[in-house]
Amino acid sequence: MASPSLGLAAWGLVAGVTMVKAGLSLPLAMGMSLLVFAGSAQLAALPLIAAGAPLWVLLATAFCVNLRFVIFSAQWRHYFGHLPRVRRLVTTYFAADLNFAYFVKRYPDAAPAPGQLRYFWGGVAVNWPTWQACSFAGILLADRIPPQWGIGFAGVLALLGISYSLLGEKMLWWVVLTAGAVSIATYSLPLKLNILCAIVAAGAVGWWLDARKGAK
Amino acid sequence: MSELMTWISLFGLAGITVLTRGFFMIGDQPLPIPDWLRELLKVAPLAALVAVVAPEVFMTQGHVITTWQDARWPAALAATAYYFWRRGILGTILVGMAVMLPLKLGLGW
Repeated sequence: MASPSLGLAAWGLVAGVTMVKAGLSLPLAMGMSLLVFAGSAQLAALPLIAAGAPLWVLLATAFCVNLRFVIFSAQWRHYFGHLPRVRRLVTTYFAADLNFAYFVKRYPDAAPAPGQLRYFWGGVAVNWPTWQACSFAGILLADRIPPQWGIGFAGVLALLGISYSLLGEKMLWWVVLTAGAVSIATYSLPLKLNILCAIVAAGAVGWWLDARKGAK
Repeated sequence: MSELMTWISLFGLAGITVLTRGFFMIGDQPLPIPDWLRELLKVAPLAALVAVVAPEVFMTQGHVITTWQDARWPAALAATAYYFWRRGILGTILVGMAVMLPLKLGLGW
């Protein structure tokens, strides 16, 4: 338990620091933490906000970064699909990575069972305040660190670590190389379209490699 | 981006959180997920993250860095080495910053 919550605390702190260092005012940074409540999407959105990317590019990027939650939501449906729609959506809004990890470990059978909602909201009652407190601490701390330290780079390093943690199969390295190279090569495109180009190119490479693997 | 526009973006991003976390919770009937979509869902988040990270490490002011006296690539390299040694994200951040700060503050890279 110590290790994931320590990671959560650090992750919240880094998100807080990076939001301020990306140029958000204190109310905006606090608002982002409270409203968006998705660390990796927040960090990925910050360079785009700083560069003045259009809203749809920003939202499309955040959507892609958050696609893992789309996969989780298919799983949540087995447990909470019987709730009314608004309650379903409120429930999953609070369902961050750690909540999912703990929940499916506690209830490996994907079916409704008594006590699940209490277990879920108990987890949220720990995860949400911890994340917000650490994020706010980071916001207030960052305000006092001089900008020339470049402390906002901690956010990039955090995203780097998250990216590596997604590298399950060897073929995904080709996805990484493609996404990185295309993003840099098309950087001069307007509207931060390089991000979308990179996702499309990497998706095509991933699909091609997968099809080739399937054909063998 | 103006203050107002940024607030609008934040509400939009909050909407994305609701949409993605609850994606298969929206309909009253369960939707089947085809295999190819499952594959794409696996690749896209990684691609999006790397697409954001790569320019932040290797570019300055819209150009690929041409000097090796830049604190970011040694920091990213050290962070990468740490990650594949210990697999911890917290340590990855700390090691990267421990390499970057002396280079940046001490040597002015």
